[in-house]
Amino acid sequence: MAETEEKVEEKQPKQPVDPNFVPKIVAFCCNFCAYAAGDLAGSTRTEYPSNIKVIRLPCSGRVDTRLLLRAFEEGADGVYVAGCEEGSCHFAEGNYWAKRRVKNAKKLLDEIGIGGERLEMFNFSASMFDKFVANAKIMDERIRKLGPSPVNVAAAKSK
Amino acid sequence: MIVAETKPIEEIYGFIEPYNKIMVLGCGGCVSVCLSGGEKEVGVLTSALKLKRKIDGRELEVVEMTIPRQCDWEYFDLMGSRLDEVEAVVSIGCGAGVQALVKKFPDSLVYPGLNTSFLGVGEKPGVWVEYCQGCGSCVLGLTGGICPVARCSKHILNGPCGGSEKGMCEVDPKNIPCVWQLIYDRLKSIDRLDLIEKIMDMKDWSTATDGGVRRMENPEVFALEHKQQEDKEPAKG
Amino acid sequence: MGEAQEKANSSEMISGSNLEKIFRAGHFAITTECGPPKGADVERLKEKINHIKGCCDAANVTDNQTAVVRMSSIGASAILVQEGVEPIMQMVTRDRNRIAAQSDMFGAHALGIRNMLCLTGDHQKFGNHPTAKNVFDMDSIQLLKVIDHIRTENKVIGGDDVEGPAKMFLGAAANPFGDPFEFRVFRLAKKIQAGANFIQTQCIYDMDRFKKYMQMACDHGLDKKAFIMAGITPLKSAGMANYMNKFVAGISVPDEIIQRLKGTPKEKQAEEGIKICLEQIETVRNIPGVAGVHLMAIEWEHKVRGILEQTDLLPRPQV
Repeated sequence: MAETEEKVEEKQPKQPVDPNFVPKIVAFCCNFCAYAAGDLAGSTRTEYPSNIKVIRLPCSGRVDTRLLLRAFEEGADGVYVAGCEEGSCHFAEGNYWAKRRVKNAKKLLDEIGIGGERLEMFNFSASMFDKFVANAKIMDERIRKLGPSPVNVAAAKSK
Repeated sequence: MIVAETKPIEEIYGFIEPYNKIMVLGCGGCVSVCLSGGEKEVGVLTSALKLKRKIDGRELEVVEMTIPRQCDWEYFDLMGSRLDEVEAVVSIGCGAGVQALVKKFPDSLVYPGLNTSFLGVGEKPGVWVEYCQGCGSCVLGLTGGICPVARCSKHILNGPCGGSEKGMCEVDPKNIPCVWQLIYDRLKSIDRLDLIEKIMDMKDWSTATDGGVRRMENPEVFALEHKQQEDKEPAKG
Repeated sequence: MGEAQEKANSSEMISGSNLEKIFRAGHFAITTECGPPKGADVERLKEKINHIKGCCDAANVTDNQTAVVRMSSIGASAILVQEGVEPIMQMVTRDRNRIAAQSDMFGAHALGIRNMLCLTGDHQKFGNHPTAKNVFDMDSIQLLKVIDHIRTENKVIGGDDVEGPAKMFLGAAANPFGDPFEFRVFRLAKKIQAGANFIQTQCIYDMDRFKKYMQMACDHGLDKKAFIMAGITPLKSAGMANYMNKFVAGISVPDEIIQRLKGTPKEKQAEEGIKICLEQIETVRNIPGVAGVHLMAIEWEHKVRGILEQTDLLPRPQV
């Protein structure tokens, strides 16, 4: 369900990657899966990109469009939501709601000029710490390629 | 319920280009129910406009507010003096709300944030469908309670036309049911097919928008208003 | 068929058009279609007129068919009158309110047009101006009533007297295959009650269903109140048959016809289509209550003569 990296690359005009750019990425993680998987990654001492800021939610269904946009307002270069595997939501269908909201917010981000590819949704269970790490890396790589969010680019210019 | 859709961000963004501080005003009525003009949508639009401004290297201050209704005068009082703080207002009420706001505050600059679409019903979560056109002379009594004026793509009163196939309308066979099929099925089920075996005469459209701008008066209340005015006038004789 | 004429003969001649006379004389009528050009190209129109001259009793002149802008049906019909082919002026309510419709009818009558076919019209979504506002002040049945009112009461629908007689021989379209099938005959009855003197059906391929429809129409006595013409459109290819079946609402082409065309080599499919068309004409002539054929050769007007020459329907009787 997540956009493939090839597709994302097609969307974005190729630009030189700044090796010094460390993206700010916000990960909204469901308490029952992704957050626990992150914990497990810690306990097993598996490394994941340190620039991912994890925000713990009672359920991925807690996210709404406003919350996702606020993250970008506050300076995020990329945002993702991590919820339980489809069919396994602790609250039955919260992750499906999150999926639709992310899809809708992607469109809105395109309209605004930030680009929907800076937002993503992932699904994995509490035991899949490897997925937690892999997805964090996917997002980190993707945002590094895309460069800083246009909001941050403008803010840097005006300084 | 009045159903409205959000205008493209680009269009709203164009309206507010000259201003640095605006208000986004929601409405707690119909447009809240159809998820286009309520408190939450005020938040989303505010964020979207702020982000777009930031990309353009300018800040935008936004006062967020939602009042219970924008089409009745008394609710505007809830805004207090917040309106004085801003240079312009984006109203995400329906077209009536936007205009009431303009009438109430003639010195304010008011812009619409929605495209007001139709009178409809939420058929299922997230789907609203046009059910009424406000034609001013209701035919539902003759059509089993299903409206051909609003729900037939050609407003045919003696349908169905040849474009009805498998219960759907040829104008959009995926989404528009043939209303005349619905009417036929309904009348058949209540054993009143006789109602559509007669020719329905040409409609009097003078009660619709075609008759000029419409108004409705309630003589009791309207008379009361006159009475109050009369009360203020000095007694004669 | 005889009875229908009996009934029709007993009433007074309405507009005295050639088509009306043909029907009243008890002949099996032939009408065809003449689509006006997408502009003011009179020569192109005359070319089309030449293709059908002498092959039909009257020709339908379409009114911005499928909502594609063309020369007005009134203007084109007037040219048909000049060229000696009798027009059946179509009028849709999509583009005219009751004021324009009555006024245009007077204008048409003044130009010598005596047959008029009342339609609601295709939705503008299908045409080249999908963002247009439509009118639909009336539907086809109400339009029939308005024009019928003028010829019987000599008054416009608003009540004023009409200066000089303006009588049209009125036609309507019927789709025997639209849904709901059970209601189709009732709607036909409403059209006839509203004033239609003749009916042209949508193109028919499913003969069994059409026979059922005609049986129902005859049971209601409709064949005695109006002249019902069967619509026939020759298929040019298997592709066209498939397209009509799949994408044109209210038309179903039986599988056996599609298969028959598919089984014919590409270069011979047009010929086979014409063969099918000839068989269809023969079939409908033998269905009780059918008073004529409306041959719609879509963008194939030049084939009309060739098709009809293979029947005994030419030359057309002079009445």
